[in-house]
Amino acid sequence: MTDTATVAPRARRRSTSMLRRRPFFTLGLAVALAFALAAIFAPYVAPYDPTFQDIEFMMTGPGAQHWLGTDSYGQDILSRIIFGARYALAIGLCSVAIGALGGLVIGLAAGLSDGLVEWLLMRLIDSILAMPSLIMAVAFIAILGQGVDKVIIAVGIAMIGPFARTVRADVMQVRVQLFVEAAGLMGVARLRIIWRHILPNVVYPLAVQVTIRISEAILVSSSLSFLGIGVTPPTPDWGLMIAEGRGFVSFAAWMSGMPGAALAILLIALSLVGDGIREEFDPKLRDGA
Amino acid sequence: MLLMALKKVLQTVFVLFIVSVASFSLLKLAPGDPVEIMLGSEYSAEAHAALVRQLGLDQPLVTQYLDWLGNFVTGDWGTSYIARADIFTYAFVEALPVTLTLAAFSLGLAVVLGVPLGVLSAVKKDTAWDAGAAVFALTGTAFPSFFLGILLIWVFGVKFGLFPVMGFVPPWEDFWGGLYHMILPALTLSTYFIAMIVRLTRATLVEVLAQPYIAAARARGEPGWRVVWVHGLRNIAMPLVTIIGLQLGTLLQGAVLTETVFSLPGAGQMITSAVLGREYGVVQAGVVMTATLFVLVNLAVDLAYPFLDPRLRPR
Repeated sequence: MTDTATVAPRARRRSTSMLRRRPFFTLGLAVALAFALAAIFAPYVAPYDPTFQDIEFMMTGPGAQHWLGTDSYGQDILSRIIFGARYALAIGLCSVAIGALGGLVIGLAAGLSDGLVEWLLMRLIDSILAMPSLIMAVAFIAILGQGVDKVIIAVGIAMIGPFARTVRADVMQVRVQLFVEAAGLMGVARLRIIWRHILPNVVYPLAVQVTIRISEAILVSSSLSFLGIGVTPPTPDWGLMIAEGRGFVSFAAWMSGMPGAALAILLIALSLVGDGIREEFDPKLRDGA
Repeated sequence: MLLMALKKVLQTVFVLFIVSVASFSLLKLAPGDPVEIMLGSEYSAEAHAALVRQLGLDQPLVTQYLDWLGNFVTGDWGTSYIARADIFTYAFVEALPVTLTLAAFSLGLAVVLGVPLGVLSAVKKDTAWDAGAAVFALTGTAFPSFFLGILLIWVFGVKFGLFPVMGFVPPWEDFWGGLYHMILPALTLSTYFIAMIVRLTRATLVEVLAQPYIAAARARGEPGWRVVWVHGLRNIAMPLVTIIGLQLGTLLQGAVLTETVFSLPGAGQMITSAVLGREYGVVQAGVVMTATLFVLVNLAVDLAYPFLDPRLRPR
């Protein structure tokens, strides 16, 4: 018997695969994978260099030459969207990783401690949660400055709060389980108990959280570049492209319309994936409703 | 119950303390020497030392923090060099009301549209209506608000010319003009919340309508609308207030983006331009204002529970 089976929600197996049972999840996953593939193979997929300026085709609408049109510098929007997917996904994944790691450390500490230390750590988490993630990311950008790496750090730190809260809740549940108590009575070292018995039961729900929150990280980072304080031009970033097209919306609506649609489609796809994963693996949702 | 409330208040005070320390360190961590920025490129060592002493920067950090906190609480937030204004006036008197107006209109719109839509899809469960509302709820929660704003500008402002796409008219001076200018921004900001409230209302009401007392009400011959809107909907108040409190942060950060899209002179625009202009005092003011607002609203929500739910009242 493995002790993970008592808490980790992977005990029950169903006959049909998740892909068949959840068509919306499958659709979302397919779209998200398509974005990921386009991002990975961007140089082979994109018809133009994302920063190549075609002087003859400045700000032309969608057509045969440039499928999704060009922007005010004559850059091909389709190519910029494809290369932009790289930045969106890379920033999203990296910042969620930072947030999850930070949340894991703080959440573990808060869940395992008692008394004053726990109270202090909880208030710390409360205060991180008191700042909306975008506002907090903006504050960190103010200190760090602009750029891809800084956006990742700022968004990552801003996401620690919610991760820490869920990790703490999970730790609180696991630490009172019999197998943890038994291990303690058997004289297993405290650090080993944490590593062998508590961590595995916390990491699994955390992974579910990570997949759900990738879309939030992408949204916050593109919001930063839309505000003009995230990634700097001429990086092909969707938020930047939407912001650039904002001034031309009355006669060149495709300039922000196309990258905006790409962002919206990716976010909706990711939220379909997230909903599917949550409904499938969240024990609270699965048993009750 | 009074003890619970007192405990909550104490927690809130401590959270506010951490927020204030964090905001204070924002200024300390900010790149650049504030003294050099104030003096310009050429200055003497004596002038530098004099200003350091004048600003109290030679004091220990704890003293500096207490000084700062004292000034902050009494409304002395420093001076903004770009806006050439007192930060307190700029942030609290001018910018914050704009943001609060936007937030209030959006919240009102979200409740007014979201609850009936949610009720409709709960009552007409598993019909095309319900499916349509589900699709809307999913798209609405995932859609990037700033792009939605641009789409609304394009459709309602440019194509049809129905609504103004920028500018702020204070509704306390001209209510209808303010409302008119607020329609597109409020719609942009509230879409996420409408979708959220639709989901919540539907989920709660579907559960409630299966309860025995609903069946009893129906058996008594009460009309269908009364069963749903009086007996059923009373149960929505609690989760609704909870979600509004929890999502206030999302509302405020959405306001930052919406203000940029529609060029509204609110706190969001203030923070963004302050980051670009490296005015850390203004950024700090914005962060403290948003965080304090959020913390206080959540305290209010916590304290309001016993009034909303009789089960939580002590007997």
